[in-house]
Amino acid sequence: MWIYEKKLQFPAWVEGNDLRIAKGLFAQYGGPDSELSAGVRYLTQKYTMPLNEGKAILTDIGTEEMAHWEIIGTLIYKLTDGLDPEELKKAGLDAHYIQHGHDVYPHDAAGVPWTAAYIQAIEDPVTNLSEDMGAEQKARTTYEHLISLTTDRGVIETLSFLREREVVHFQRFGETLRLVQEWKDSKKFY
Amino acid sequence: MKIDRERLEMLKEIMALDFSSIELNLYLDTHPMDQRALAVHNDYGMKLKKLKEEYEEKYAFLTHENVSDCPWEWIEEPWPWEIDYEMGGR
Repeated sequence: MWIYEKKLQFPAWVEGNDLRIAKGLFAQYGGPDSELSAGVRYLTQKYTMPLNEGKAILTDIGTEEMAHWEIIGTLIYKLTDGLDPEELKKAGLDAHYIQHGHDVYPHDAAGVPWTAAYIQAIEDPVTNLSEDMGAEQKARTTYEHLISLTTDRGVIETLSFLREREVVHFQRFGETLRLVQEWKDSKKFY
Repeated sequence: MKIDRERLEMLKEIMALDFSSIELNLYLDTHPMDQRALAVHNDYGMKLKKLKEEYEEKYAFLTHENVSDCPWEWIEEPWPWEIDYEMGGR
């Protein structure tokens, strides 16, 4: 189970001088390689993962992803809170405003709603962990694209933290994959 | 939303400690025999527990699992996404 703690994992902040980046941030809120996809993917795969190390890493990284999802939501909220429809239109969020108002709805940077089709869980631990490693790299690249497109120091600082987490998660999934492969090899007798 | 400076500094200290604890948590998941990492994790865990208790005693609930006066204190502002962390913007 989970319990809500009234704090963020990182003090997400924005300068507020680049409202257009809010639209881009939706990529990591409800896009294919978003924090939401990451969380749902790992928390779905944990049930069949062999090894205590594997069950733990999927549960714990999956949980951290939900905290990252909240950080992205906070950035979008802080950037768009109080903007009137005309300002939202200038930020490219007129379609978003028509359908969702100021709510932080899970869609990607182009407005496409989040779908479970973005993720896979296919039981084989080597296949699942390989997907997870790919997902972390895709998220890292998305963060680099976002960082290259904004001048807001708060957004850059917050996204840099999240980008580093993708690197660490990739490392941990790689170690888990190695443990799973060693475990598979140990079951073979010649 | 601005909060009292001392409270903000304490909250950020809790966030930092909690992050360190999570980072060690993930490392230990794949290195369960690393005694040095275990010692650091346990040390952070104790500091974190103490600091959270101090914060909750002095300012506000971090989780609902606290003894509350009336009215129910959990619903009090600010929520995490509303706080100005005073990093240079809002």
